[in-house]
Formats: sequence, structure tokens, C-alpha cells
Amino acid sequence: MASRNLITDTQNTWCPGCGNFSIQFALRDAIKGLVNEGVPLENIVLVTGIGCHAKMADYLDINSFYSIHGRTLPVATGIKLANPELTVLCCAGDGDAYAEGMDHTIFAAKRNTDITLIVHNNRVYGLTTGQYTPTSPLGYRGRSTPKGTVEEPFNPLTLMLASGAGFVARGTSRKLPQLKDLIGKGLRHRGFAFIDVLQICATYFNKSELYDTRGYELAGHDTGDFDAAWRRASEWGYDRDAPIGFGVFYQKERPVFEEHFPAAKPTREKRADGIRMLIDERR
Amino acid sequence: MTDLSVLVGGKAGDGINSAGLIVSHLFNQLGYYTYMYYDYPSLIKGGHNYTITRAAERPIGATRDRIDFVLALNQDSVDLHQDIISDKTIIVYDSYRVKSGGQGVDINAFLKEEGAPPVMGNSCIIGAFAGVAGIPFPVLEEVFSRQIPKGLEKNLAVARKGFLAVREATKIPRGSVKPSSLLSGNEAIGIGLLLGGLEAYVAYPMTPTSNLLHFLAGAAEQFPLTVVHPENEISVILMAHGLAYGGKKTAIGTSGGGFCLMTESFSMSGMNEEPIVVVMGQRTGPSTGLPTYTGQSDLHFILHAGQGEFPRLIVAPGDSGQAVFWSQVALSLSWKCQVPAVILVDKTLCEGTFSLWEDLPRMTDEGDLPDSPSVASYRRYAITGSGVSPLRFPPTPGAAIKSNSYSHDENGVTTELPDLVVAMMEKRLRKMETLKKETDLLPAVNTGGEKTAEKTLLCWGSTLPVCSEIAEMERFRLVQPVILSPFPEEALKQALAGTKKTILVEENALGQLQMLCARHGIPVDHAIHRYDGRPFPLEELRMRVREVA
Ligand SMILES: Cc1ncc(C[n+]2csc(CCOP(=O)(O)OP(=O)(O)O)c2C)c(N)n1
Ligand SMILES: [Mg+2]
Repeated sequence: MASRNLITDTQNTWCPGCGNFSIQFALRDAIKGLVNEGVPLENIVLVTGIGCHAKMADYLDINSFYSIHGRTLPVATGIKLANPELTVLCCAGDGDAYAEGMDHTIFAAKRNTDITLIVHNNRVYGLTTGQYTPTSPLGYRGRSTPKGTVEEPFNPLTLMLASGAGFVARGTSRKLPQLKDLIGKGLRHRGFAFIDVLQICATYFNKSELYDTRGYELAGHDTGDFDAAWRRASEWGYDRDAPIGFGVFYQKERPVFEEHFPAAKPTREKRADGIRMLIDERR
Repeated sequence: MTDLSVLVGGKAGDGINSAGLIVSHLFNQLGYYTYMYYDYPSLIKGGHNYTITRAAERPIGATRDRIDFVLALNQDSVDLHQDIISDKTIIVYDSYRVKSGGQGVDINAFLKEEGAPPVMGNSCIIGAFAGVAGIPFPVLEEVFSRQIPKGLEKNLAVARKGFLAVREATKIPRGSVKPSSLLSGNEAIGIGLLLGGLEAYVAYPMTPTSNLLHFLAGAAEQFPLTVVHPENEISVILMAHGLAYGGKKTAIGTSGGGFCLMTESFSMSGMNEEPIVVVMGQRTGPSTGLPTYTGQSDLHFILHAGQGEFPRLIVAPGDSGQAVFWSQVALSLSWKCQVPAVILVDKTLCEGTFSLWEDLPRMTDEGDLPDSPSVASYRRYAITGSGVSPLRFPPTPGAAIKSNSYSHDENGVTTELPDLVVAMMEKRLRKMETLKKETDLLPAVNTGGEKTAEKTLLCWGSTLPVCSEIAEMERFRLVQPVILSPFPEEALKQALAGTKKTILVEENALGQLQMLCARHGIPVDHAIHRYDGRPFPLEELRMRVREVA
């Protein structure tokens, strides 16, 4: 099965030069890495939202749940509860994860469900033609904000740290090998793994130069030190000019959500006994 | 024929609901069918809560216009119910808090003597009730020992003080009915779902279905059952999608407001064909409305909820027995036909408590899934004659199982090709016929009363018990469509054949079943509406029926 190429023959409709291609290859290679380590391919499930990024569900030849806009994580949580043996990951847009479905992002971190969330953060709504998102810089001009946005962006990394995420990382579609490594680490992390991927949008917001010139790899950083992680994550506020760190900011394991729920299916007899008991209690 | 009603009233926090339940259990032990109505405003402490337990030797599910006993823990229990209190009503009251005719009990003093906490005041008044009603103390002991798991001795001691403090004013005769389990509508739905093979339940608290969440959460360990309370209703239904995709039979519960938040993913179930079962407890709308009161004004919302066109199953049970049966049906058929299903109920049913009238109504078929074809060529949305594609769940070696909210091909990959879009739409719509074939095998339309009478009382949902009773009294025919989608047009026409006058009873203002009937060419001669959030009491509805009959 590992020999399967993992890319479907569906026609790809991403724009030429789209950052999603890099993410797709990084993700495919990370999945291959897992499979080579013995994770059966059929145990891997991808959940996507709606947006350019979400086409990943059509393009990768693996189990997938192509959900609706903003709603990857609760579906993924349900899948994980149904079968904790599955490796469940989400590809979400910044519109998905930080606007429409922000509540789920915070709660996934709070619950520590064993899910890897990859946010394709191109800092625009790609599929709906380039409107601003929660991580667009102040003054961003899109078709819904022709005079520029008047809202400051927020910083998803500090938000996730504050919400209890046990794995917080940032990569970029501009640095493929590192991205593959980060996704692999996220998938292997037991618990909620959050990876913000600064993805260039070739059509609406091509920040290649910014990410190439201001980006740097976190080195000598203690990923177990929350305060250090917070300082690093605060360095750049997705807005004004500052160095942009890539790598794992924080990693700490704690009990995962689905541990607390039964994995086994009740037998018919057990169910019948249980029902009889419930009825008798009410006699 | 003995037909008695007991009102228990007090402040929120006085344990009125449990006191009412104990009164119901006393009648259960004495040999009666019971029904309990629970009325409470939307607050936690204070206010006025009351229950009305009615006991009779026939199955019942409605209150009456008179009350035989009042157990008053607050002044409102007497003052606010003058319309049903008469000079025949026997009143026992907490003499420290209430001024009234009848027999006072110094609950405070008794509690002090026994060193019992204030919440045990309700046991004291129940003891007094047993005393005035001539219920032998051993019957009370029997009920207490079953129903009060904690502090039994002290509760009994306090009850005995109340029992001895009053004079016997009447003697309730023993009835002939075998004691049964008393189930709330919520519990009945839960049991029905469990009988249908429920493996997971997800909900965000909202009256009137919160108690179903509490019930299943309490029962979760022994099955085992996965019960989750997530961040909001959007998450609730999406978790259900994930659980269903993973192969777990799942139900979710909410009320109108929560269902509004769910509609986008309800529609997704129409496209991705994940079986989703929603317990939808109606309350008085629009919006927050009267959160703890009843209504039947969401039928059209449920019939049409969600963008696009897709088949859906809607069942509307009318009492706890039906709730057991039809909840099983909803879960089984939702999986068998891969359609979303709604168990449409309301506050009256959810939070009413009924004697379980018969043995557990069971489906013969637990809805086991047919075996799937070989995996090599697995396609999640394979086109079939029935429209139902074989289900597989990850991990399935060799298969990529692709669920998709977009229009998709048989593999679950997005497509916008017109011919394929049409073929897949028609595949999904064929499930409407498949579902109809299934529901045609079931008693989709319930009939009662005088089955050939020329006058018919037509009803749906929780007005069933009150309408049944009136139909019997008036020698009318009673007709209740239980399945509301796919609409059982032929069965309903058959049930109504020969009727000269149809009177429809609905707890809404605009006549929602009436509109649905009209769409199917079924005329209604008179419509009786109520929309103050309260269920119809027997005599009041009977009078309104007589006005138009
Ligand atoms: C409930 C809902 N609202 C709006 C849309 C329209 N819509 C589709 S994709 C999208 C934004 C996508 O942005 P993002 O999540 O950042 O993904 P990208 O296209 O940038 O990858 C929107 C608003 C929708 N599909 N559903
Ligand atoms: Mg985006």
C-alpha cells in the first residue's frame, strides 16, 4: 500500500505557483514516512474545510472527510472518538480555522484531542477571491475592504499557546523540507498538534519575499519552556516588520481527550442487560 | 372510576419534581396508571414550580380541570391554582410558609427534631399526603426505599412525622393495574435509541432535551456509551458526522434554537449521506420564547431545514411507549437508508412522566447493516437501484473512504460535471422511495377511538393522550400520523376514509400539520390551536372540540 502514489488522478485546479502544492507534497511525504514506520495507510484520515486548501481531500488518495467551511476539528474529534486507533489530521484554511471555526480551534487545543491541524495560512480567503482574514495585516486591501482593513490581525501562535495546545509550530510553503519535518512531528505528537503554515497565495497575497527575507529557523530554542515559546511566538504579530521564526515553538504531552471514552462496542447482551436495569430502576 | 389528581408545589430548589415523582410512584404501587406534568419557570431558585400527578385505571397523558389533593410548600401552590382547586380539594401545607384551609404541617419543627436538612421538607409533605389520603405507610416505605438512594432513614423518619401529623380525610382505594416503570419522555427516547443500538450521544444542554443528555451520561458507563457535551450545537452535529463516518451509531439532541445552528450540517448529511439522528424537543418560540414551556411550531422548520433537496425521516411520537418504539425506528432507518432522521418531540412529552403501558415496544429488525461488496473496488457512493450505497468505515485495507459535502462522484471526489451531478442527485433521491418502502411497513398512522366514527380528532405528537381520551369519551375516531416525512399520504387518507368532519388539534398558531395535510389534499374542517406554552387540559380541550364538532 505504501507503494500507492497517494495522489489521485483528479484534475488539479490550484493556481500555478500556489503554495498548496508545497503543502501537498510535504503532507504526502510525511504520510509516507508514517506508513514506512508501519502505520497502515487505511488508518489515516484527512478532514478538510472549504477553500482552496480543502481540495487536498480530492487530491490525496487516502480516507477523507471533505467537510464544510470552518468545520474540520469537530468532525475529526468525532472520528477520533469513534476509533482512537486512527491517525486523524485536518487541513484547514485561515478563514476556516481562525474565522468561521475559531471556536473549534480553541476547543481542540483545550481538549487535547489527538489530531494534527495544518492551517494553510495564506492570510486571505483564497477561494472567495482574496478578502481579508483574521491574519491579514492591518490595512490589507481586499474586495470587501477596498480602503484597507481597520482591524489588527491576531497571532494564532499565542492564541494556541494560551488555549493549552501541547504542540505549536509554524512552517511555510517556502521551505519544503522543514515543513515536511514539522508535519511529521505533528503527526507523531500524541495530543493536539497545531501547525500554522505561512502559505503564499500566488494570486491574491504573494508574500514570498517577506517569508524568505524575514524568516529564520528556530535554533537552540527550548520547546519545553512555555515562557520562551511565548516570547518567540510574540516576536512577529502577523503585521509589522519583525523576524519570523519557523519551527516547533512548544511541545508538551498531557492526557488526550479520547482516552476518557469507551472504545469498545457494547455487546448485544450487555446492552440488553443495561436497558433492563434502566427500566427496573424506574419501577 | 377512580381518577385522581395531585398537585405538588413549591419554590425552585424545594425538590418539587422529585416529590411529584414519588407521588406518582405511590399511585403506581397502589395499582394505577400515572402521568405527571411538570411546570417550572426558567430559573434555579425561587419562583413557583409544580407537578400534577394524575392517576387512573386507564393509560393517561393529560391533566384535568380539577385537583383532588394539593401539597403546598409555598403560598403560590394554593393562590395560583384557584381555577382547579374546589371545596372538595384536600390541601396539606407547610404551616410555617403557607396560609390555607386544610391541614397544616409544621415541617420546620419536624425537620429540626430529626436533624434533617431543609430539602427533606418534601418527604415530610409526602408523608402528610399519605396520611390524609389513607395510603398505608408501608406503601410509602416501599416507594421511598426504591426511589431515594441517599438518606433513606432520615427521609422516612421525616415522612412518618408528616404522616402522623394529619387526619385521614379519604381513603384512596387500591387499583387493578400492575405496577410498571415510570419513564419520562426523555428517558423513553434514550431507551429507544439504546434498543436501536446507540453507541454515542452528543448534545449541548437545552430544555427540553437536557435531561436526555443527563440520562445517557449517567448510563454511559454500563453499556458502554460515548456521551459528549461539546462547545456548541454546530460542534455537536459535526461530531456526530465524524462518529458516523467512523461507524458509530450516534444521536444528538437539542431544541429549536440549537437546531438552527445545526442546519448547515443537517444539509451536509443530505449530501455526504452520513446517518445523523436528531432528537428535536420543541418549546415555545420564536427565539428564546418560553424556554421551559411547550409548543408544536417547529414542524415546518424541520420539514424544510437545510439548503438543497434531500430525503429525511421525521417521526413524532406522542407518548413514552411510542417514544421507545419510534426512536429505535429513527436510528435503524437512518442507518439503513443513510438519511438524516429527526425525532420530533416537545416539552410536554420530554419532561412528562408516564407509566410504561406495555412491554417495551421493540422493532424486530435492529437495522443491522447489509454486508458490503469486496473492498478492491470500494466506492463510498456507488450508484445502486435503491440509492443506498454500501457503507464501510476506516480502517478498511485497500479502500480510500471519501465522504464529501460537495457534489461528488461515486468515489466521493468533487465533481461539477452536469450529467454526473444529475446521476448522483437521482441516486440520493431514490432513497426517498427506499425509505418510503420501509416506513410503509410500519404503523406510520396511529388510529384509535371509534374507528368508523364520522367525526375524527386528528392530532400529532404529545397531544395524542389528551386527544385519545376525548375521542373515547365522544366516540370519535382518533387519527395520529406518527411519521411526518416521508408523509404517509395513503395511510392517512385510509385512516380518514368515511370521515365527515375532521377536527385538528395543534399547539401552534398557524396550523402546521394542517398546511401539510392541505399539500396532500387532505381537508381539515376545524382547527383548534393553543400557543401559550401550556398543554391542553382534558376538559378544556373537550369543550373546545364540542364547540366545533
Ligand atoms: C458557511 C459558509 N460561508 C461562506 C462560505 C464561502 N467560502 C468558501 S471558501 C471561503 C473562505 C476560504 O478561505 P480560507 O479558509 O482561508 O481558505 P483558502 O481558500 O484561503 O484556502 C468562504 C468564505 C462557505 N462555503 N460556507
Ligand atoms: Mg486562506
